[in-house]
This record gives sequence, C-alpha cells and structure tokens, in this order.
Amino acid sequence: MPQVTLKDYLRESRLFRLRAIIAALGMMLLLLALILRLTKLQFVDHQHFTTLSQDNRVKVQPLPPTRGLIYDRNGQILAQNLPTHSLEITPERVPDLKQTLEALGKIITIGEKDLKRFENLRRQRRRFDSIPIRVRLNEIEVARFAVNRHRFPGVDIQAKLLRDYPLGEQTAHVLGYVARINVEELKKIDESETESERSNYSGTTHIGKVGVEKTYEKALHGKVGLQQVEVNALGRVIRVLENQPPVPGQDLYLSLDAELQKVAMSAFGDYTGAAVAIDPQTGGLLALVSNPGFDPNQFVEGIAFADYKALQTSADKPLYNRALKGQYPPGSTVKPFIGLAGLETETIGTTHKKFCPGFYQLPGYKHRYRDWKKTGHGPMDLRDAITQSCDVFYYDLAHQLGIDRLNGFLTEFGFGAKTGVDITGERRGLLPSREWKKRARRKPWYPGETLITGIGQGYFLTTPLQLAHATATLAAGGVRREPRVVKVVRSSGQTTPMPLEPAKIEYLTQHNPANWDVVVEAMIQVIEGARGTAKRIRSDKYRIAGKTGTAQVFTVKQDEKYDEDKVEEKLRDHALFVAFAPVEKPQIAVAVIVENGGHGGSVAAPIAGKLIEYHLSGREP
Amino acid sequence: MNRVYQPSGLRESNPTRAEGLLADLHLDLPLLTGLVLLCGFGLVILYSAGDQNLDLIKRQLIRLGLAFAVMFVLAQVPPSQIRRWSPWLYGIGLMMLIAVLLVGYEGKGAQRWLDLGLFRFQPSELTKLAVPMMIAWFLAEKALPPEWKRLAVAGGLILMPVLLIYKQPDLGTALLVASAGIFVLFLAGLSWRFIGGMVITAIPIALAMWEWGMKTYQQDRVLTFLAPERDPLGTGYHIIQSKIAIGSGGLFGKGWLNGTQSHLEFLPERTTDFIFAVAAEEFGFAGILLLLALYIFIILRGLYIATRAQDTYSRLLGGSLTLVFFVYLFVNTGMVSGILPVVGVPLPLISYGGTSLVTIMGSFGMLMSIHTHRKLLPT
Repeated sequence: MPQVTLKDYLRESRLFRLRAIIAALGMMLLLLALILRLTKLQFVDHQHFTTLSQDNRVKVQPLPPTRGLIYDRNGQILAQNLPTHSLEITPERVPDLKQTLEALGKIITIGEKDLKRFENLRRQRRRFDSIPIRVRLNEIEVARFAVNRHRFPGVDIQAKLLRDYPLGEQTAHVLGYVARINVEELKKIDESETESERSNYSGTTHIGKVGVEKTYEKALHGKVGLQQVEVNALGRVIRVLENQPPVPGQDLYLSLDAELQKVAMSAFGDYTGAAVAIDPQTGGLLALVSNPGFDPNQFVEGIAFADYKALQTSADKPLYNRALKGQYPPGSTVKPFIGLAGLETETIGTTHKKFCPGFYQLPGYKHRYRDWKKTGHGPMDLRDAITQSCDVFYYDLAHQLGIDRLNGFLTEFGFGAKTGVDITGERRGLLPSREWKKRARRKPWYPGETLITGIGQGYFLTTPLQLAHATATLAAGGVRREPRVVKVVRSSGQTTPMPLEPAKIEYLTQHNPANWDVVVEAMIQVIEGARGTAKRIRSDKYRIAGKTGTAQVFTVKQDEKYDEDKVEEKLRDHALFVAFAPVEKPQIAVAVIVENGGHGGSVAAPIAGKLIEYHLSGREP
Repeated sequence: MNRVYQPSGLRESNPTRAEGLLADLHLDLPLLTGLVLLCGFGLVILYSAGDQNLDLIKRQLIRLGLAFAVMFVLAQVPPSQIRRWSPWLYGIGLMMLIAVLLVGYEGKGAQRWLDLGLFRFQPSELTKLAVPMMIAWFLAEKALPPEWKRLAVAGGLILMPVLLIYKQPDLGTALLVASAGIFVLFLAGLSWRFIGGMVITAIPIALAMWEWGMKTYQQDRVLTFLAPERDPLGTGYHIIQSKIAIGSGGLFGKGWLNGTQSHLEFLPERTTDFIFAVAAEEFGFAGILLLLALYIFIILRGLYIATRAQDTYSRLLGGSLTLVFFVYLFVNTGMVSGILPVVGVPLPLISYGGTSLVTIMGSFGMLMSIHTHRKLLPT
C-alpha cells in the first residue's frame, strides 16, 4: 500500500463511493430502457410477433439471377444454362450419414468419384449447406428417389440450371469455366464496397474461374432478386409474399468463330501448340486455340480428384493455355519486324546487300554465329533475307541497329508487354534490353546477345497471342488494336446488343509507307517465291503474306550439327508461322506455334493455311 | 493455509471479512453463487439453442472449467501483486497487439490471433484486463481526483491499444477495452465539466464528419450499421428474426426446447451472439427478468466489493471490471432486441465459445482477490 494520509484516504473513498452510486444509477436507467423495450416487444406487440412467428413464418430468400449466355460471331451458342436435377444432402439434417449414403446407393448409382467429391465439398462447406452427391440425374432416377423420399430426411432433389459448354474442349481455353464459389472468392465478395455488391452473390453457387467467364463475371452474373415467403412448420414454402425479381446477366457475343476453332483444333492433330487468329480491321479474335484442350463441363459441378490429377500430370498439359501463357522464342518470325526497323530507322536502304558465307563474326571476335544454311545464302538484300530467312543478314542488321533501337521498335509492336486481351491469364513474354538484363541478371549486355535477339532467339520470348497481335498490327499498316474476344453484350429484355467500351487503338508512326510495302512484298515471296519457305500454302484465290520460324529448344554446341532424327521429340525445335491475308485488304492475321514440330514451313504453315482458307472461302482446304 | 492468531480487536475493525473454507480459498461466496447459477442457466439455454447437441455442451463445459480455474488462480494472487504486474502486462499486451497486426493469423476476415505454436492467442482479450489495470495503477500513484496532465497521459494509454484493436478490425472489443479504461477515469473522479465538455464537442465533430468527411457509400454503411433493417439479406435479417423471436415469446415463453424461431432455423447465430433471443422466446419476459436479476446481483456484488476495497488501485480496478461486465450485457441485449446497432459482442457467460469467457471469469477472480485479501486494520 502506498503511503497516503488518512484524510486523503477518506476523501478518495468517499469520492469513489459517490461515483459508484452514480454508475449504479446509470446502469439501472439503461436496464430500465432495456426492460421497457422488452415490454414493448413481449407485451404490446406480442400478438403481432406471434402472428409473424406462428402463422406467417416469413423467410427472406435470395433469387439468384440466371447467368448470361455466350454466342460466337455467327450466333452459335457456346455457353448455356441447362436445367438439371441433382441429389443434394444437408448433413445437419441427416441422422446417420453413412447409413443414408448406403441406402441411397441402392436406389441411385453413386460412384466412387461422386463420394469423393461429396467428401471434398463437405469439408469446405457448412453443416447446414446443401451439398450435391449426384448431379445430372435422369428422369428415371428422379422418379425412383421421389418414391423413396420419405426414407431420407435431409436428402432432396434440387432442380437448377447448370452451366454447359456444348463445344467442350474446342472453346475451353477461351471461355474458361464456372465452378463453385470457394472460400477466398466469398471473402472477396464480403469485402466489396457497397452493400448491394456484398449481397449480390447470396443465392449464387457458381462463379467464373478463368477465361471470358471470369473477365466478364460482373456482366454475366446479373443482379440478385429476393422474395419473402411464408413457410410452414416443416420449412416448406406456402406462399410468396413479396417478390423482387432478379436481373439476369448480360449475354455476350464474341468475335470468335466456333467453326474456325474446330478447324484449328483438328489441324493440330496430335501436335501440341497454339494458334491465334485476329481480324486486323477490328482487333477481334477470330480463333484462339491451345491444343490439347480439356472438357470444361467436368469443372462445373466439381471435378473428381483423380480426373483433375490426370489433367494436371498429363505430359501434354491440357489445362495450360499456350496461346496466352506459352512463352516461346519467336525465331525467324520477327525478321519482318526487324527488317522494317532497319528501313524505318534508315540503318539500311532497300537496296542494301550483305554477303552470307554461312556464318557471321563480330569485328574483333572469333566466335562464329552460324546461319541455318551451312553453305551460306550468297549476296542477300532485305527481300531475299526475309524470303529465304537468312540469319547472317539479320546478325549484321541487328549489330548495326544495336539493342536499344531494336528494343524500342519492337516495343511499339507490343512485344514484351501484355496485349490487354479480355481473357484471363495472359503473360507478358520477354523483350530483352540493357535495363532488363541489369535488373534481372545483374550483368551488362553483350554485343553477341544483340545478334541472337535479331533472329528471335536468346532471351527473347513471345506468346502466340503477341505474335498474332504484332502481325495484325503489321497487316493494318501500323494500327495497333487491343485484341478483344467479346464484341458486344446484350442486356436482358433488350433486342439490340450494345457494343462494349472500345478497345484501345494506337497508331504507329510510319516513317515511309514504302518501307512497309517492301517488307510485305518480301512476306508474299515467302509464300509465292521460288525459294520461299512456305510455298505449300500458296492459293490462287487470294494472296498471303507470311513468315516461317523455328525456335530452338535445345542449344547446339559450337562445332556440332543439329540432327533432327537424333534429338528426342521433346527437345526438337518449335515450328512457328505468322501470316495475314488477303494482302490487299487483310481480314485475318494468324500466328501458329507447333511445339517440337521442327520447321515452321512444313508443320506450322499448313495449319495457318487451313485457318486462312476457311475464314476467307468458308470451307476447309 | 495457515491460520494465524488474530487479536479480537482487529477482527472487529473489519466485521465484513468472511471466515471459513471459502475465505481460505479466497473465494467470495455470494459472487461465486451468482456466477454458478448464471452459468448453469446459460447451459440450459445453450442446450436448447444448440438443438440438444451434447457435444456442444461438453465443449462449453470444458471452457467453463478452464474459465473457473483461471478465476480461482487469480483469486489467490493478492491485489498488491496484481498491481505490480499492471504496467508489465500492459506493455506485453501492447507489443502483442502490434505483433498481431504484423504477423497475425486471419480468422473470419480479421487479424486477431497470434499463433504461438501450440495454441492461438487473442491479445485483445488480454488488454481487456491490462488496460483497466494500467490506468488504475497510473492514477493510484497520486491523489485523486487526477490533475489534467495525468488525465491526458491516461487518455493516451487507453487510446493506443484501442486504436490497434480497431485496426484489426474488431469494433466490439475496441469498444469494451475503451470503456474499461474510461470507467477507471470516471470512478477516479473525472470532473463533470470535463465529461460535459467532451459530449458537447463530440456532437458537432460527428455531424461535420457526416456532412463533409464521408462519401455516399460510407454514409450508406453507417446507415446500415445504425438501421440494419435497410439490408434484409444481410445483418437486417438477424434483427428482424430476433425481434420476432423475442416478441413471440410473450410473458412466459413458448417453453424450453419449443422455440420455433430458433429450432426452425430462422434465427441465425443462435448459440453465440443471438442466444439472448432464444432465451426470450422460450422463457418469455419472466425468464428474462430472472436472467437479468442474476446479472444485476453479480454486478451489484462487484460494485460492493469495489467500494469496500482498502486501497485506491483495488477500488478503481474492481469498479471498472464490474462496469465492463455490464457493458457486455447491455450491448449484447440491446443489439439483439434492436435498440443498439449490431456489434459482435457475446452475451457474457452464456454465449457459446469465445475466449471472452476466460477473460470475464479472470476479472471476477481479481474481484474475489480484492475482497478476500483485505487486511485487518487497527481501530
């Protein structure tokens, strides 16, 4: 105890007692207010609340909106909502879950996968949530359960709309899929800013996970409605008191051509790879394919673990969207762009010639940078160098341009940056620069690295989408349009679709339009010239401009020779091809990558040829 | 326990000092009786609210056992010892609150837990005791009522942990901790002029914030907070249903285990924050009065113990802890019956789960210590 005087002690004690009495009085007053409130509820309004609780058991139920549909450019449906019946269990109301499952198994087939998925969902969800044990019941199964229903408290047939993708794997990498909302997504919804955003998902079970389904989640989802219903003592709905209908999600119309997707998928056959086709006039995506695809429908009601594992561990990586995420060295497909850089910066003229002896040496260095043609191409101008894909010409041009100008020019075409497409998961590729190397590798830039960048190798990485985007920009004479797969949206009740906010358009500066013509002319010779590397896709109905490419997966040592037959298939070169057609007024720009396909001209070009042919003449070649 | 011979003159100087086994165990019989009765009543309500789930009752019994053990242990510690701990405990609590913000585990969307390897710990619970202890320790150093400078320091000592808890975010606990500190100030004789001045300045500041400091959506949030009926799919649903439950209970209720609102699952969170509505529905007005009577008895006993305490520190601490217990009660019942906004505060000693059970019983342990460690004073 501290030393305090007796007077202080008495005074403080008295002060405290007074305050304690005041506090006690304050508490009594507040309690009185509470009791008054209870009196009001339990005496005055008792009758009112009794009515509410006994006769009108009012429940507020959210009414989930129906999800918007997705159509392709010709009105073919790509994503729809099918009415299905599913058998659902509310664990809280089931007295003996194990026994119930056993008895259920005798009247309706419940597979091992169904059980596993049920167990998975049960762990994630609350006891009073209803969890599907079987989905997509047929009519016989529904009837069989209805007869036996009295034996299964807590088990119910739920009729609901299930998302369905009729084209399955053909559109999987564009549309993505919806699946059950998980804990993190719920948390994100709970943290939304406005009250209406937070309650908007109160009746919704599914949400867009990837692809267009995710990017346009807000438009596709719609707005929740609510109804106040009367339920009886068993909780069954007797009467709807108040109804505020939901606003259905908006329908999406894509620029994508479902048939073109199909053509592209089958053109790949057993090869893995990706193809992207863009309309250079609008920036709209005509096709986006990553082969192999996967069936998105199996994700909608929760995929069984074994199936998911099979998809994930498959060597062909079907879940991997190569068109957006695959990063490949562009190889010779960048040569038209670098050639254009040489002309536009006046580093070389159109008549500039370089002799190709089959290798190139930097002044003062011993190292020989090899051409793909060991014997050399002889004297080359820019046209020949594109048509015959001479590496030595480009080593020299890249050396003259230097990495800074090279990087600056290619940046304008969108290399090394996301294109801004409206599909989730796009990667940025890599356009090397001095700054990048200093930051990422903590090393200076070496002149030799400029050379291999000049033939699209080394650190240089692009996605198939970036290549198609750059090709479309070249085809449109320097008009760079942000790629878009969704063309217009239509709100429910409206007949005319509304265009979305326009995609970003940039106009590249054309120093001299004649330079662009030279490059395009050379690209035509790739298809039509006697020594062109993609002669086999030549058509007499329209003119195609293109460029083949080969991307090294495997580095050949200085004094070794790359021998296709000896190299394992996984280490074989990637085949690339970019093209646009018709040259006079381009309607389609394509980029194709065939993994481990070898030469661009023999494997990738025919796939692009089929896409162009189908798009321009409406039939497969 | 050693029985020490005490001269009879001394005993007469403190006639309220109890003797016997309970006194030797430093337990206060009236307070203990009240607490046991209340917890018993609570288990009866919980059994019904939890749909007669015996597992739930078992788990709650284990928690109650732990809470009573904490009470018992704290009752053995003399107030002088508790007093010496105060600044240390406050410092530790403050550091843990900072640690929670930096490395805390997120449960239910808020950072409140600190993972200590073996178990998770909620530092804000510790500060519910540490803040009133600290303020009482600080003010008891000098004569009361406190001068302005000391008041300002005390204000800062309260504000620091409160802001840290508010940032987690845990509005309910921040409110309880703040009130614990403010009650110490009030009991220490905070001048009425000061209290009046605070109220008068707070109102225009709040109005100005509303008018100029808030965006529309923020105002919208405040409105929903004050009038939850605005949002019938969210918090408003809780209030609508709990009002129906209470109102339909009437004078004598629908009977134990017969509440339709709770058993037909209309009432959300019926074993935790909204358990009061279950009691009101099944036991009616009469049952609620009985329940409130038990609470009032405990609170008055607590205040009595505080006024009989022999030093300023014990008085301030005991008084503040008792008043905080009342705040728990009033905020919860006020929220469930719809006169206060919805803040996540449980019904003390009755709501299922919650670390607050241990803290509350700990505070009663301190009250018992204050009462049973009083010295005999020479007359």
